[in-house]
Amino acid sequence: MRISAPFAVAVVAFGVSFGVLARAADMGATAAIVFSATTWAGSAQFAVAAILGSGGAVVSAITAGVLLNSRYLAMSAAVAPSLVGSRLRRALHGLAIVDESWALSARGDGTFDRDKLVGVALTLYPAWVLGTAIGALSGDAIGDPEALGLDAAFPALFFALMVSQLRTRQHVSAAVLGGAIALILIPLTPAGLPIIAASAAALIGLRAR
Amino acid sequence: MNEVWFTVAVLGVVTIAIKAVPAVVLGGREVPAAATQVFETLAPALLAALVVTQTFGGDEEIVLDARAAGVGAAAVAVVLRAPIVVAALVAAVTAAIVRAVT
Repeated sequence: MRISAPFAVAVVAFGVSFGVLARAADMGATAAIVFSATTWAGSAQFAVAAILGSGGAVVSAITAGVLLNSRYLAMSAAVAPSLVGSRLRRALHGLAIVDESWALSARGDGTFDRDKLVGVALTLYPAWVLGTAIGALSGDAIGDPEALGLDAAFPALFFALMVSQLRTRQHVSAAVLGGAIALILIPLTPAGLPIIAASAAALIGLRAR
Repeated sequence: MNEVWFTVAVLGVVTIAIKAVPAVVLGGREVPAAATQVFETLAPALLAALVVTQTFGGDEEIVLDARAAGVGAAAVAVVLRAPIVVAALVAAVTAAIVRAVT
């Protein structure tokens, strides 16, 4: 899918950097690849590798990962009314949700394009797993991804997606409020919570327009 | 099972449940108009939060580093109607340059 091409390139590179980090954290290449193939959520996986790599407790790693991924509860609930078919089919559509596929398939009126959700997911999933394998298996041969500015590419991609979603003043208000909530909470709460709390900004949608 | 595999297994199962359960339980139902209105504003709210946390997020602290410069430059590109891939490249190149010179 053409629309997901820039994301696929960034996701491969991000996967490589996760693989490198997992290797540095002594996770083992197989575990790192299985992690990407099952959890498939970059920020949670980075947090887990960082915590385990620095000798942190398993329970802290799992808690951080669950917190970081809990935003998918809200995303999945938002997609749900747009889904049809059997339970298995709906579950598979739910599994297609990652930040990028969710945002790209949002139509902007509260509904979601199922085909686009799956199409983007089918592009990004192999990109993520492949990138992880490259990073975890080749390791030291690859330089520091941060030197390439990769960590700035993702927020930039999400910023561009956000701007494309701002169709009414209410959307703008929700974005400003959500961003402000997240920023205020960064120093006060564990990673992940600022994003969940920011979803409260969506309640602004209930205001009469 | 060692600690790494235990963590991978638990988080894999929990994440799959987090993504699939709301889709299965709430899927295909008529939802109240109020829910649709909230879902409509959820995308900009969550995307803004992702941008902010990925740009300024540190270890429970706000960090101002090369990422902010990169995202700021990309924001200018977006306002100038640059394609999304150009915006991402502008962000990466800017952040890399700032890192190289600081």
